Amino acid sequence: MTALQIIFLFVAAITLASAVMVVSARRMMHAALWLVLALAGVAVIFAMLDAGFFAIVQVLVYIGAISILIIFAIMLTRKAMEDVGPQLNRGWWLAALAVVGVFAGLAVVIVSWPGVMATAGVGPDADAIVNFGKDLVDPDKYVMPFEVASVMLLAALIGAIYVSVEHKGGQP
Amino acid sequence: MLNDWLYIGLFVFISMALPAIAIFAAGLLSPKKPNPIKSTSYECGIETVGPSWVQFKAQYYIYALVFLVFDVETIFLFPWAVAYNQLTLFGIIEAVLFILILLSGLLYAWKKGALEWM
Amino acid sequence: MSFWTDPMAVIANLIGGWLAGLGMTEGWVTFVLSFLGAGVYALLVMLTVVLLIWVERKLLGRFQDRLGPNRLGPWGIFQTIADMLKIFTKEYITPNGVDKVPYNLAPILAVAGVLSVWAVIPLGATILGANLNVGVLYVVAIGAIGELGIILAGWSSRNKFATLGGFRAVALLVSYEVPLVVSLIIPVLFSGSMGMNNIVHAQKDIWYIVLAPVAALIFLITSIAENGRAPFDLTEADSEIVAGFNVEYSGLKFGMYYVADFMHTFTIAFLFSTLWLGGWQGPWAEKYPMLGLFYTAFKAWFIYFTIIWLRGSLPRFRIDQMINLNWKVLTPLALVLLMMTAIVNRLVPEGMLVVRTLALLAVNGILLVGTSWLLNKFAGRNKRVVVAPEPRPVARPEQISSES
Repeated sequence: MTALQIIFLFVAAITLASAVMVVSARRMMHAALWLVLALAGVAVIFAMLDAGFFAIVQVLVYIGAISILIIFAIMLTRKAMEDVGPQLNRGWWLAALAVVGVFAGLAVVIVSWPGVMATAGVGPDADAIVNFGKDLVDPDKYVMPFEVASVMLLAALIGAIYVSVEHKGGQP
Repeated sequence: MLNDWLYIGLFVFISMALPAIAIFAAGLLSPKKPNPIKSTSYECGIETVGPSWVQFKAQYYIYALVFLVFDVETIFLFPWAVAYNQLTLFGIIEAVLFILILLSGLLYAWKKGALEWM
Repeated sequence: MSFWTDPMAVIANLIGGWLAGLGMTEGWVTFVLSFLGAGVYALLVMLTVVLLIWVERKLLGRFQDRLGPNRLGPWGIFQTIADMLKIFTKEYITPNGVDKVPYNLAPILAVAGVLSVWAVIPLGATILGANLNVGVLYVVAIGAIGELGIILAGWSSRNKFATLGGFRAVALLVSYEVPLVVSLIIPVLFSGSMGMNNIVHAQKDIWYIVLAPVAALIFLITSIAENGRAPFDLTEADSEIVAGFNVEYSGLKFGMYYVADFMHTFTIAFLFSTLWLGGWQGPWAEKYPMLGLFYTAFKAWFIYFTIIWLRGSLPRFRIDQMINLNWKVLTPLALVLLMMTAIVNRLVPEGMLVVRTLALLAVNGILLVGTSWLLNKFAGRNKRVVVAPEPRPVARPEQISSES
């Protein structure tokens, strides 16, 4: 067990535990905070795989923007802050069955993949970001997704503003 | 490169541990005399009325949303900027196009009045 | 290599050799060395903040035509230590019903969100924490963690004022991050790397503030707004929402917010000097890294002084003025500046530094003049009309005597 593996197991355990707490916390605000912890765990895993840029992007976009957006959305719906009803509904055993089935299926598929016990990072390539940048605007490579991404962001912006400005009279 | 990240991880941990230790130490040194009046919420000296969750404006959400869109845009622009010195004019024009599309989104938000502070 | 040409490596070898002599393996030696280095660095930064609080109070006093602290010790140097001792012994008054974990975590996150930035700032050619290859983005990402601390503080205090103040503060911080990140793309563009030490190395020929002064100005303004300092200190305006999100904190937890505030200003000064003023570049800085430390601090001092100067001179902005300034002036300006800098920089042929500098300066000048012309033309529409009172009839002797 190398040190990297021990750290990975520790971080993965924290991430999974936080993810479980996200769906089982009683108060929505607590769920949002557990989500932040889970996302931070994913960022650490990215860093351990030598994908430093994506670790930072994870913290910057997910924790810095999306989590704040989620917390604002939670605050906007006053009902979420009031007392909650029962945690489980009547069909919980069916959901548990489905979850166990999916987990068993995933476990079988992952364990039968030959690379499951290998530890290989993205590779400490000092030029990775430069190549990424060049590929983003290379006509043979990813320039179309690059421009389409900007149109998609524009669509998201316009859509969200249209929806929220409609309700600007104070309605949530 | 992993050594760099180890240092960063340790630094973040220490920068959280130092204030935690200081706060804990001050907690040991300070008096503890709670009484019911001291423990009430602050509301300019009067009693709290109503639940303390306030319904706040959708405006906060819109700012966070526009920030999110521009944040993702700059995430795309950073690798382009790192590769800038090795790009042709065509590559630069493409990124300028990218920025122009999102600038028009900002203009739309401006005209629709989504950026006004109510 | 002697101590003077590479201090960190010499110290690391000394301690590493001693540890290996005790029987530690390679990995553990690295771990312990990193831990020690990070610990000493963080501690030094926190202690420097203590000194800086005194500097700021003295300077502010002078700006306001008074002396500042001058009782304890020569020129009042020990004032901050006395204040720290006092705040260490104040009681933690925790109101009923607060959420314990977020309530206590918030001041820690606020300080961590500023202190962690120091890991990537290069103080000298080889005196730095870690030359992360994504250093510039790391700085912004850590700021996001600080914002999370403010949301936690506002929400967990279970107080209407705190919640309102917290969300208002975060909405402002989040808005001002957009021009900040866009203006940070420009040094990355010029130097071809996101690592802070690489950016400093690339400023050997010319400082980036000469190549993109408007971007440096945008960075300064948005950083001051992110810090929550005057003229942007709406979120801690005592007369408005009674200290805002930290109203329910007392004792050292409250003190931590102010430590984070002063440390942030100190950090902005060093970041500005690293990214725009050439950091540790200077005569013989590469050969003797300790000189680099002196150069960085010297340049950062001017920025620090400017920020305190602004604090002491300008009145506070209203929140709608702040939001309009950000979304309608700074963000479009930053984006247009980025586009024009990218195009002009590519159009000038390689290697002609003087022509490049002049072309970029021209671009910046056009943008500045254009922006101020636009502002004068359109922002003047909201000017308040001065209503002169109608002339009131005044009793005069001649009027009275004419009637009698």
